This record gives sequence, C-alpha cells and structure tokens, in this order.
Amino acid sequence: MIRDITLGQYYPGDSWFHRLDARVKIIWTFIYIVSLFLIRDFWGYVIVLVTLALIIGISRVPLNFILKGLKPIFLIIIFTFVINMFMTKGTPLIEIGFLTITKEGLRNAFFMGTRLVLLIIGSSILTLITKPIQLTDGIEKLLSPLQKFGLPSHELAMMMTIALRFIPTLLEETDKIMKAQMARGADFESGNIMRRAKSLIPLLVPLFISAFRIAQDLAMAMEARCYRGGSHRTRMNGMRLRKRDGVAALLIILYLTLIIVQAQGILSLLMMSVIQLIQAA
Amino acid sequence: MNHIISIEDLVFEYEREEKLEPIKALDHVSIKIDKGSFTAIIGSNGSGKSTLAKNINALLLPSSGVVYVKGFDTKDETKLWEIRQTAGMVFQNPDNQLVSSIVEDDVAFGPENLGIEPTEIRRRVDASLYAVNMYEERRKAPHLLSGGQKQRIAIAGVIAMKPECIILDEPTAMLDPQGRQEVMEIIEKLHNEGITVLLITHFMEEAARAERVIIMDEGHVAFDGTPAEVFANAKKIKALGLDVPFTVEIADRLRSRGIDIPKDIISMEEMVDYIACRFK
Amino acid sequence: MQIQVKNLYHIYSEGMPYESVSLEDVSFEIEKGEFVGVIGHTGSGKSTLIQHLNGLLKPKSGQILIDGIDITSGEVKMSDIRRRIGLVFQYPEYQLFEETVHKDVAFGPMNLGLSQEEIDIRVKKAIELVGLNYDEIGQRSPFELSGGQKRRIAIAGVIAMEPEILILDEPIAGLDPKSHADILEMIKVIHSVNNTTIIIVSHNMGDIARLTNKILVLDSGKLVMVGTPAEVFSQADYIESLGLGLPPSAHLMNELRKRGVPVSRDILNIDEAEEELYRLLKQIEGKIDA
Repeated sequence: MIRDITLGQYYPGDSWFHRLDARVKIIWTFIYIVSLFLIRDFWGYVIVLVTLALIIGISRVPLNFILKGLKPIFLIIIFTFVINMFMTKGTPLIEIGFLTITKEGLRNAFFMGTRLVLLIIGSSILTLITKPIQLTDGIEKLLSPLQKFGLPSHELAMMMTIALRFIPTLLEETDKIMKAQMARGADFESGNIMRRAKSLIPLLVPLFISAFRIAQDLAMAMEARCYRGGSHRTRMNGMRLRKRDGVAALLIILYLTLIIVQAQGILSLLMMSVIQLIQAA
Repeated sequence: MNHIISIEDLVFEYEREEKLEPIKALDHVSIKIDKGSFTAIIGSNGSGKSTLAKNINALLLPSSGVVYVKGFDTKDETKLWEIRQTAGMVFQNPDNQLVSSIVEDDVAFGPENLGIEPTEIRRRVDASLYAVNMYEERRKAPHLLSGGQKQRIAIAGVIAMKPECIILDEPTAMLDPQGRQEVMEIIEKLHNEGITVLLITHFMEEAARAERVIIMDEGHVAFDGTPAEVFANAKKIKALGLDVPFTVEIADRLRSRGIDIPKDIISMEEMVDYIACRFK
Repeated sequence: MQIQVKNLYHIYSEGMPYESVSLEDVSFEIEKGEFVGVIGHTGSGKSTLIQHLNGLLKPKSGQILIDGIDITSGEVKMSDIRRRIGLVFQYPEYQLFEETVHKDVAFGPMNLGLSQEEIDIRVKKAIELVGLNYDEIGQRSPFELSGGQKRRIAIAGVIAMEPEILILDEPIAGLDPKSHADILEMIKVIHSVNNTTIIIVSHNMGDIARLTNKILVLDSGKLVMVGTPAEVFSQADYIESLGLGLPPSAHLMNELRKRGVPVSRDILNIDEAEEELYRLLKQIEGKIDA
C-alpha cells in the first residue's frame, strides 16, 4: 500500500529538468498551479498539456509512474466530477429523478476534473525530478526573506530534512513490530472497524516509543555535532543559479504570457482565425 | 599540558521526580587522558560509562567537580562549541545519529554547523569519507547501508569537524562481527594518525586493543591501567559482572597449572606468536 | 520428525526491479527437543528462514512440515501455527506496549483465546521461567525495568504461549556480559524444562558451539552445511571463507595450525583448549629441559 504512493517520490535521472535549480522548479510549479485557474477554454488546456508533455518527455519519467500517483486521489476526482455535474444550474440535458445534468454542469465537471488531474500531475512532477534534499533547501532559501517577519524557515526546512531521513527507518520499524506482534498472535486484518482500531494499539504504542527514542538520540547527536539552529551555519552545496536556470525563467515567462493571453480570450480568437484561414486555403 | 581531558572529582546525579532521591551515576571520578592515547572504558550497564562520555562532550554538566577539555571547563558556555568540536562523539545506534538522507550531506552537517567555508567543507567531507572507506557510497541513502557502514559514516561526520579527540559510546554494540571489525579498524587507524580515542565498550576483545583500560563500576573507577595490568585481576573483574578476553582467561588457567606465560600476552595474535615461537 | 523443510525457495520483492533470491532450495530436519543454531553473515537468509518457520513469510515454493502438517498450505490456520511455534525477534523489548508486565505477557495467551484463569497461570509461570519474580514485578510497568529485564519479559510474552518450538533471533544482541550470560542460562532452562525445541540465530560462535547440538550454516540463501558443532567448526577454513568467525578456542587452534603447530581440530571450548595447550607446552618444556 504505502509503496504505491508516488506523490512525493523522487525519480532518479540526470535530465535538463533534473539539473535545474530547485528554486526555479518550485516557482514554476507555483505559477503552473495558479495558471490552471486562469484557463478559460479548450486552448488553455492545450497549452498546459503541451507544456506537461514536453517536461515529461525531456525528463524521461515514465508516464505510468506519474499516473500511478493519481490512484490514491481517484475518489476525490470522481467526487469533484459528480458534484460539478449535478450542482451547476443551466440548460438541462438529462433528468434522473430529482437530479438534473445540465450542459454547463457537464462542461464544469469536465474542466474541474481535468484541472484537478493536471494539478496533481504538475505538482508530483516537481518532486519526481527534484531530490528531496534540494527541495527542502530550495524551500528554505525561498522562504528566508520571510524570516524577518518571524517565519522559522530554517527550522521548517530542517524538520523536512529529518522527516525525509527517518521515513524509511520508521517504515522498517513498523514492519518489524507488526511481525513481532503477529508472532504473538495479534490480528491486524479481521474484525470490524472498532476491533481493528483496537488491534492497532500493540503496534502504535511501541512505534511511538521508538519515534521518541529516535528523536531523543538524534537531538543529542545533533547537539554533539555543534548544531545550534540556522545562524552561523554555512552549506556545503550552496545554491547557485546557472545559465540553464535563466533559460528556464524565460520559458516560464513565455508560458505565463501565453496563459494570460488566452485568459483574455485573445488566443482563441487568434486560433479560430488561423483555422478559418487554413480552411479557406 | 599533555592532558587533553582532565576529569577532577566528577559527581553526576540524574534528577528524578520530586520525592525520589536523585540517582548518583558518577561518584567522585578523577581521570586524566593523555593527548594521542587510546583508552577503553568498560563496565556493565548502569556503571556510569555512558554518563561519563556525555560529561566530556558537555551534553551533560557535572553536579559537582570539574571536567576540562583542552583546558576549557565544560561549564563555560562561551567555550561550548570549541569543546564539542575538540571532543567529537559517536553513539551506539547507527540509525539514530544520521541527519540527512544523503551520506555526504550528513558528513557535511558538523562542518556546516561550525560555519566553515563551502569549499573547505567539500574538501573535509571527501577526506573524511576516504578515511572511513566510504567515498564510493557518498551519494547513497543511509537506510540502504549496513550497520557497520552507517557507523563509519557517523565517524566520518565527526572527523570532518577535525576533532583532537573522539569519544565512541558503544559504537559496535548493535553491529554484526563484520561491522564490528570494520569499525575497530577505523578506530585504530584514527589513533595511529594521532587522534585521542576514548572507546566505551562491553566487548573485552575490543578493550584489549587499547593502550589503557579503565573499568567502571557503580559510578566509580574500579581498575585503571594497561590491558595487561587490568586484566590480571580476572577474578575481581568477573565479580563485577564483566569478562576478561579469551586469551587472558586461558593464559591465566595455564599459569595456575604451572606453565609460565608472560603477563603481557593479551591478544590472540600475541598468544599465537608466543606458542609458535616456542614450538620452533 | 518435528520440523521438515523441503526445497524451500523464497524471492524477495518478487516482480520488482530489485527482486532477489533470498532462500534457495533449503532442506533440513529438526527433531523434538533439539537445540539448533543458525549461523551465516548478515543477509545470508537467516531471518527470512526463521520467519518462514512460523508462517510470517510465505515461500515461493517448497514445504514446511510441522509434525507432518504442511504449514505452507492455505488450509492451516495461522493461529494454530503460532500457538506451536514461538518466535522471539531481535531486540524484542521494543515490542512491549502494555501498562503492566502481567498484561504484556498475557497478550499472546489472550490472542490464543484461553480462559482468564489459564492465562493468569501461564503468565506467572512464564515470568518465573525467565528468572524474574512475579510478585515483585507483575504489576509494574515494563518500561521502568532494566534493559536485561525488559528483554526477559518480552521473551516471557512468547513463552507464555507455551510453544513446542521456540525460535530466538539474536537474543543476546546489545547486552552487557552479565545479561548475556543470564539470558543464555535462561534459554537453557527453557530448553530443559519442557523439552522445548530451540532454534537460535546468533553471531556469537562461542555461544553456538557451547549450547547447540546441531548447526545450520547459511550462505547467500543456500544451506551450505548441517552438522554438530564439532563437525561444522572442524572445517575452520571453510567457515572462515564464508566470512564467519569461529568459537575463540577453535580460532586459537586454527591460527596455531596455520603456523605449523600440530593441535587437534576438535576443540570447541575453553576447557578443551586449556588441556590441549597444557599438553603442548609441557611437551615443549620437556624438550627444552632435555
């Protein structure tokens, strides 16, 4: 189960996108997400899909690997689709009992569903092509101006780093404790919800104790290695923007321009006239 | 001043809930450690050996008495970082002391905390990884490494801070024999390079490889001397719930049956050499 | 024959890109009341093997017969297997979770569906069997006990299920010499009291040589040797070639042999080593005197 979630996983590679500065990629993802809400019509989706296809193609992350990431949120997508389909007022198409599907509803449902899918794919690409550690470094750097206003950006990033480091350790620990309790006859699988919840106690108590022990040990080890928060600290791999990051920034601006142009309805007019011209010819 | 660590009449008590008496973990301990020496501290669980180590690194502060590291009093807060940089520490559980999910970033953690220049950090990280034979694994995630490898990374993380002294608190307790051997080889190598080593262990064979052995019992020093001197007290050591190295034990038995075996034979290699030479 | 393992295969992470064979054609037999040691370096398949023996892992192919019943077939109830085969994991003290020692030890028997009366009797018996005083610690929290005591309680939790076969994975890992000796003594008692079959995984060859009457040697998922301690450790060079150590006495003798000193191959413990060296050194003294 846990292994199925690709959301947040890293897919090792050495493509142009892999090598981009994490900050550029985070900003890009942010703009991408905003852009999804600026899309007005079909042409907007064409821009987004072409862009995604390019990124996925160049970074060589297998498509089915990305689509697997949609599995855990499949229900949410369906739910969004259904809600939009039935809840939008407009010209009725089909009536089932008290439920009415409208033309606008179908359109809305399609757009909202697609938007959600694109949102998940776009943000999972960020983690798929960025090393977790670079991601946390990038977030720390991007948030650091907010330190003046009291945001503990270094602490947040350190917390993420440690979480990333210890997720595999805790998973292993969980597996070990689970097997040990099963050997003592524990049953984690049968019974109703209440029984199952209760049967988790022999797993959760030792797991919490383990987590606290790890936290205590780690805190001591970090102190012994002279850790004293973010001030004084230097970094081995300082982040430096390179030429390709500049190119990426230009591409992001181009993308944003295209999206804004289509949001104004100019793009669709333009495309329509192009199509008419072709037909005329 | 030749003593890198000087412990004078150290008492350490663990506070407990209000009504309970505090537990006295260290009871008037005085030890001086020579610069560049290799000392093993042994003792059963609860003998105070780990508490002693944490007092040297200023992770714990004395209830009374003084601990000096390189002449700095560990109670002097302004010298805290110099003390911890001078006396680096490696802990028992290899998993719970690595901070980063990439080996080389973890080794860089200490130097980064010290505010060292990035290029210098890079140099130190590479050198430290070579020193523990883990350079090839520098980009791996720690959870994919064996226990012995993880412990070597932890040691590299300490060496990258360029300490004069390394305190290892039961670094081999959770390792398999192969991992134990790997770690011991690194420890001996560091000692040969001039670093002062303080090894806390309950494996007698490891203690026998040191230049000096200190046995702790119920918060105080029970024996202190060269391995030969200390292990000569086999009966008393066993009464403390400890063991003596196999070679010492068998030499002792043979001596009691009238066979004259030199007192300074501690390790198996020495024993083999001795018998093989006599045989020829 | 109490345990019969026939042509056991196991593949780790089957179907994943990093799949690997972790057990390959393993077959052996164990009789009731035997004390068996399993040795092999880390990753040789020891843990995988013992987890198969109590049904926590399913083999790719092959059979495991316990008193003639194949536990790998789907028809056997897992609870029946675990009632008969107890498995104590490495660092078992990390699985303690109840408020009191009594409740924690009772967890296994309770899962077996025994009566409260029977559970109480078993809990008391198990705690006494691991060498602790029930009246003293029964109602205390397991978390206030010392490391060695916690481990005993965790082992008692498995013993209280009264298994006919008790498997222990590295039961002495991380203990100081005193607790180490105590736990081994305790295992010997458990072995003798109910004629329980014991299977113990350990890296400590001295312990293995002293305690067991049969040793299984694993290397890269294959069972490469089965025999008595004397048979196994007399193949000193082979054992060392597998990256394994020897009991200290056998190690000393082997090193001497490598230097051309003629000593016996069959020495496993310190008493025998003492005799052999005494004989040898007397002989040398005699020669020098003459």
